[in-house]
Order: sequence, then structure tokens, then C-alpha cells
Amino acid sequence: MTAPHPDVALAIRRLGEPILAVENVSLAFGGVKALQGVSFHVREHEVLAIIGPNGAGKTSMLNVINGVYHPQQGTIRLRTDAGWREFRDMKPHDAAVIGIARTFQSIALFKGMSVLDNIMTGRNLRMRCGLLAQALRIGPAEREEIRHREAVERIIEFLEIEAHRRTPVGRLPYGLQKRVDLGRALASEPRLLLLDEPMAGMNLEEKEDMCRFILDANDEFGTTVALIEHDMSVVMDISDRVVVLDYGRKIADGAPEAVRANPAVIEAYLGTRH
Amino acid sequence: MDTFPKLLLHHAATRPDAPAVREKDYGIWQTWSWSQAAQEVRALACGLAALGLRRGRNLAIVGDNRPRLYWAMTAAQALGSVPVPLYQDAVAEEMVYILNDSQVRFAIVEDQEQLDKLLEVKSRCPQLETIIYDDPRGLRHYTHPFLRSYEVLARLGREFDAANPAFFQQSVDATRPEHVSVMLYTSGTTGKPKGVCQTHRAFIESARGACAFDDLGPDDDVLSYLPMAWVGDHLFSYAEALYAGFTINCPESGDTVMTDMREIGPTYFFAPPRIYEGLLTQVMIRMEDAALPKRKIFEYFMNVARGCGAQILDGARVPLVRKLSYALGNLLVYGPLRNVLGMSRIRVAYTAGAAIGPDLFRFYRSIGVNLKQLYGSTETCAYVCLQPSGAVKLESVGRPAPGVEVKIADGGEVLVRGPMLLKEYHNRPDATAESIDGEGWFHTGDAGYFDDSGELRIIDRAQDVGKLAGGALFAPNYVENKLKFFPYIKEAVAFGHAREHVCAFVNIDMPAVGNWAERRGIAYSGYTDLAAKDEVYALIAGCIERMNAELAADPVLAHSQVRRFLILHKELDPDDDELTRTRKLRRGFIAEKYGPLIEALYSARTRQFIETQVRFEDGRTGMVGAELKIVDVKTVDPAAARKAA
Repeated sequence: MTAPHPDVALAIRRLGEPILAVENVSLAFGGVKALQGVSFHVREHEVLAIIGPNGAGKTSMLNVINGVYHPQQGTIRLRTDAGWREFRDMKPHDAAVIGIARTFQSIALFKGMSVLDNIMTGRNLRMRCGLLAQALRIGPAEREEIRHREAVERIIEFLEIEAHRRTPVGRLPYGLQKRVDLGRALASEPRLLLLDEPMAGMNLEEKEDMCRFILDANDEFGTTVALIEHDMSVVMDISDRVVVLDYGRKIADGAPEAVRANPAVIEAYLGTRH
Repeated sequence: MDTFPKLLLHHAATRPDAPAVREKDYGIWQTWSWSQAAQEVRALACGLAALGLRRGRNLAIVGDNRPRLYWAMTAAQALGSVPVPLYQDAVAEEMVYILNDSQVRFAIVEDQEQLDKLLEVKSRCPQLETIIYDDPRGLRHYTHPFLRSYEVLARLGREFDAANPAFFQQSVDATRPEHVSVMLYTSGTTGKPKGVCQTHRAFIESARGACAFDDLGPDDDVLSYLPMAWVGDHLFSYAEALYAGFTINCPESGDTVMTDMREIGPTYFFAPPRIYEGLLTQVMIRMEDAALPKRKIFEYFMNVARGCGAQILDGARVPLVRKLSYALGNLLVYGPLRNVLGMSRIRVAYTAGAAIGPDLFRFYRSIGVNLKQLYGSTETCAYVCLQPSGAVKLESVGRPAPGVEVKIADGGEVLVRGPMLLKEYHNRPDATAESIDGEGWFHTGDAGYFDDSGELRIIDRAQDVGKLAGGALFAPNYVENKLKFFPYIKEAVAFGHAREHVCAFVNIDMPAVGNWAERRGIAYSGYTDLAAKDEVYALIAGCIERMNAELAADPVLAHSQVRRFLILHKELDPDDDELTRTRKLRRGFIAEKYGPLIEALYSARTRQFIETQVRFEDGRTGMVGAELKIVDVKTVDPAAARKAA
């Protein structure tokens, strides 16, 4: 990764209004309180990092946002073209339809399918033609396929995986599989992209590449990103704002430098207790 | 049609719809016809002119092989400006010298990566005033006033063109064959890089000769994937393509070259030996994973091919039975193999730049790929000697190409003369005077000689060539290369200048010899231990004996047979300053560091103790000592060898 030179004048990215509001959310599994009264919002075009020690409730938070878990208390609201919508008993499928895409900590791709086909599955919700029309290539099906293929090719070029277009995903090294996973999520042109530890298990070079792709996606497509990450240097580098969870509670929310200096955060996460 | 812009307009007028350039983009091959290419160049030239590019102001080109960068080259030439392609993998620091030396006022770069490099050094290149970029990705926040996107430039050009409709044609008409068409920088392994100024005439004459020699025409296809700053790419993908009017094909990215090659199926191909080697390794790895019957069929027919493939390719007489089994092999193995390699349609393939291993060379020729060698350099438009189809030899680089004179100076240096010679080194009259003598001969710095059939053989760099005490020629690099072609030998250092005979240090190839030892149940703890084994010494001695037998048959180099050798206890390493970063031997340093070993080689001793300093990867240093064995090798009497041959 070539770092931009200080001479390079980078305009400040324009952060928009909030598009996701999490209000007073609590989630418990039996006696275990995973989340307790957590509130925060995600603004349009921003990169928000959710951090915290192990078991702080980060993945639970992500799962609540995209409808895998349903909180016992609190609301999740997303701003759509038709205005704010509140989701109480949202299913993952509904989340995808309204524009929330995600990647998983353990990669969830079709190992036997090619990179191209895997990313194409990300376009699934945007296809209008039925199964039969697609299989027989009748009516507008072929035109539609070409349009989607073009969108997928743009993502392949964006992620620099042209050389692996036809390779079955299972044969790719881990770092590249993560990149394909990101590609599949981007292919759905999400309003909000949730990334669950996108750099987990990567070496330094792979991490730098991944950081660049996340920032570029945010920059080029204006994608709003909420991510969970352990690596503090990554978080400090790429996020506009950081939310810190500890034992299911939000203990800090602000710019990376401010969060880093926050004594509660230092004690909970960066400090000696760990 | 004596300049490149005129050639472009000629093709656009006579064959407007024929394909000029293809590029794979978004997974699909996009094609530009000659008339489209001419329009692009016209818009680009007018845009550059509007911004102030003209004769005396030069244009740097930095990036992978992209159609727009090739067009920028023609556009600059149309304005009388000189394009200066730079190696795209050079770091910013290396670019500063060339940018300043070549009086570059404008630069066109492929993408953000290249742009960031130029921005980093721009403050030190005061005359660089405008930078144009092709791919806008990641650049939306770059607000420098001197930046222009390719699209903006082309739009500017079309407006300028509309206001001055006669400008472009007048500019093209004003180009002259004696004008410098391109400045290519030599890699500069010795001292600062030098800008080689070549004229339109030099490259067009070279292209004319090469196209006639190999019968290249408008229907050929070439894959353009080697650096644009390299003379080979400039000759093959630019000069010859514009002269003959064939199609250049730009791969999608550096990683996809082999896939793209299979899809395009070039008819004309150029690569340094390492590319051919990489392709072969891929095939062999896949064959080893294949099922047993397939492997057996493959081995059987590869044996058949080794026996007669090259002769059939050369059109020699081969018994009918062998011809038939080769034909069957072609159906079952060679054809599919060529297809996998992307070489199904190849009529002519060249290799140059480094010595090619005999096994590698024979492999491609035996499966029916017409692989040949050529000899040339930046100063000669890569056009001095070519091997004719049908008469290809491993050891030589062919006969002088049409229009080229070659002679050997008294010291063995190869001298060349012809229309392809450089006009001058930019800003370096001293270097120009040094390399071109009063009679117009260019001193290549290579040592070589003509063999019995009148073909040129290059043996070494002239400065490394010495003489044995008996007066015979000694070319260390030649001997070392021959040794390194054995898979068990990784590095070799040959000594012999002013000595009675030749001796050598050898580094074994750890993976190859390690594997060999394991299969024989020879236990070892590491490199030093393995290198000292008697069995390993015997293995290497066997290799050297085989080389000696080959050398004995050579009238000029028969006395360069290796008499004694030792295997070094450590690998030669750039970290210990024994090799350069590009893995070339630093002879002076090695001779000094291992002085006692060299003396022992030339004495009667059979063992010698040596202690040397090594640098570990973490930066610490330590001493490594070992007692090394010195072994004699059988040599072959040259007279007897020649009689036998």
C-alpha cells in the first residue's frame, strides 16, 4: 500500500445525517446480559468502529442490527428512501432487503463456487427475473444478467482479484477469501455495511490491503461502514468514530483520539486489566 | 511513412476497421480499431499541445502496458516532443534522476500509485509542470492545480482541434525520421542511468528488418506485458506493431498475464528466460498431481519429443515411424500442452536478456513452439542478431540481422554498426564518444566470437573476460552459467585469469540437493553439513565433468574446463555483500574475502580451513568456520573431443 504523501490534499469526507439509530437496546441470553441499554447512531458515509474486550457484546450488537437476534428492549431504526423505519422483529432477510449487508468473522462463502459466482450472489436481491426466465434466458433475463455481471466486474476490479475470477473460493488463501466476502457484501450496494472483524487472522500486508479497500469503498461508493475490530492500530487509522462496549454497556463514543484518551476505555480495554 | 505518427495515420486511412489495440477490462476484451486509435491520439496530441507540450519539452510515461499510455507516446511524437517511458516498479527516488535528466515537463501516469510517487518527488523536479492520470480511482480528493485527468485532457484536445482543425495534420507532417522518437534509460548497473536517444528511423528500420525476417504482418497478435520502458517492449509492441500494423493486446493486470495469454493466443511472443521457466514449472507441478495413466502418457511422449521434436520443427529429415509417433504425441500431449500455455498460435517466440538453460530451450522447441534467441541492447533497438527459423542453436544468438554489421574487436568485444544505432546518450557527449568510435562502430561491452557457421556467440561481459596463462580466452560468466544450468548448482564462481587453468567455487542448490540426499537416505543437519558430504562432492564433480566434456568440443573455450573445485560452506548472499541485489557476483569482493581458498585451489592441498563473517537476518554478525575439501575433476583433451565429434 502506498501511503498518500503529506502534500496530497485530502478533502474532508462529508459526513451526512444519521441513517441508523440504536436506542436503549438490551439483549439477554437467559441470565447473561449481552447488551444493556446501548444507544448510538451511525451517520451516512462514516466508518464507525465498535470495539471492546472479549465478551463485551460487539458481535451481539451486530447481530441485533441485522436481525439475527431480537432485543428484549429498545429499538433499531433505519432511514430509508421513504423515511425512518423502525424494526422490532426484523429477520436477516428483511435487513438485506432494506440495505444492510454484512460479512462474517468466519467466512460465509460458497467454497465450491467461483469468485465471480460468489460475488454474483450478492446481486441476488436486485434481480427481477424469476428462476425460470433466468435459466431459459428469456425476455429481459439476459440483459439483466449482463447488467449485473458488469456491476460484479467493477467490484472484481475494485478489489484487484481479476486473476482469481474463475477460481473456486475454497482454493484461495484466507486473506483473499476475506476480500471476496467483502466483494459479495459490496455487490448488494448496501446502505449500511457491517463488517465483523474484517482483519482477523491476517498478516500485516493483508491487513493494510483490507484497510485500503474499506476506505476506498467508503470513499468511492460512499458506503457507510460499521465494523468490529480488535486491532487498535487499525481502528485508530480508519474509523471516523469509535463506540466502546464493555460488559454489554457503552462506555465511550467519539473520535478515535478522544476515545484513546478516555480513562474508562484505557482501564477496560487498553489498560492493565487485560 | 517514415515516422510513427505518420504510420498510425497510414493504418487509420488504409485499414480503418482493423483491430489496433485490445485491452481486457471488466473481464471482457475491448478492441480499438486503427481509426479509433488515431482519433484518440489526435485528441490527446491536441490536448497536450493546448497545455503547452511541444518540441524540446518531454513527456514521461509511467505505468503498466495500457492503450492510453501507448497512445500518449504517439501523441507526444506527433508534437515533436520526446516520450520518456519509466519503469513502473521503480521507487520515487530512482525516478528523480531520470525526470530531471530528461527535461520532462509533462508526465502521464497510470494510476494513484504512480501519481503518489511523482507527487513525492515533485518539489525536487522543478521543471515538471503538468501531470495527467489515466485511472481516477482514489484521486477524487486530489486538488492539485497541475493535475488533469485523461478525460479532461481529451476534451480539451477536441476543443482545441475544433478551433485549429489543421494543427494536428501539420504537426504530423512536420515530424522527421531523423528526430529523436524516444528516450529509453539503461538500467544503470554501473553508475547513473543513461538516456539512450533513438530516432524514428532507427526503430522503423529495426522494425522493417525484423518484420521481413520473420514474415510478420497485419494479422499477427502480440501480448504487451513487459515494461514499456524496456527496449524489447518498445520494439515488439510499439515499433513493429505500428510498422506492420498488427494488434497489441494489453493484459488485465500483472497477475492475469497467463490467463490473458491463453485467451488471446498470440502469434508472436517475447519473454526473458525466467518467464519460460515459470510456465514450465507450472506445467510440471500440475503433471505431478495428475493421475498415473496421464503421467505415463505424458512421460512417454515427452521422451518422443526430446528425441525428434526439434528436428521436425526445423524441417530436418526424420524416420517415418518417429514422425508418426510424434504426430500421435501432438494430438494427445503437445497440442493440449501448447493450448494450456497459450502458445497454440505462436509462429515466432523469442527469448533474450539472459542465458537460457538447455533443457528449457529444448523443451519448448520439442513441443513445437518456435522459440528462438536474439541479441541486442537499448543502444541498438534490441536489433543486432536474430536466429532464423529452421536453423536454431542453443549456443549462438544467430546471424547479423538485415542491415546490421557486426565485427569482433581484437580484445574479443562485439562491435556493431547500422541504422539501428543510438543517436546519442542524452546530455552525455563523453559517454557517446566513448561507445561509438570514429568509424561509427558501437562498442557493446559484450565479448563474443563467430562460430564455424558464421553465427555470433556471446560469452561474457568484455570487462570480465580474461586470459589463461597459456593465452587462451577465459570467460568466467560463461562457465558459471553453464554450471548453474545444473539443477544441483545454485551459484558458481570461476577463477582463471592469469592462471594455468580454471578452478571454481560452487554453492549447491539446497532444495534440490536436499531432496536428492533424502531419497538416498543421506542424513544432514544443514547447509554446511550437506555441502561437505563426500556423496555431494561426487554429485557435483559429475556435473562438472559433463560440462568439461561439452566445453572440450568448443574450439575457443576448450581450455576453460574446470580442473579443481570446492563447495563453499555457506551460500553467497547479498546481505554479506557477495552478490548484488540482483544476484550478480561481486567478483572483487569474493576474491578478497576467500583469498586463502583460491590459493588452496591453485596449490596441491586437498583441504583448507576458512573462517568468515556472516550476517544473520536480524542484523547480528557471527563467525563461521569450516574445513573445506578440494577435489580434482577429470578434463577432456580438446583435440580428442573434436575428433570424436
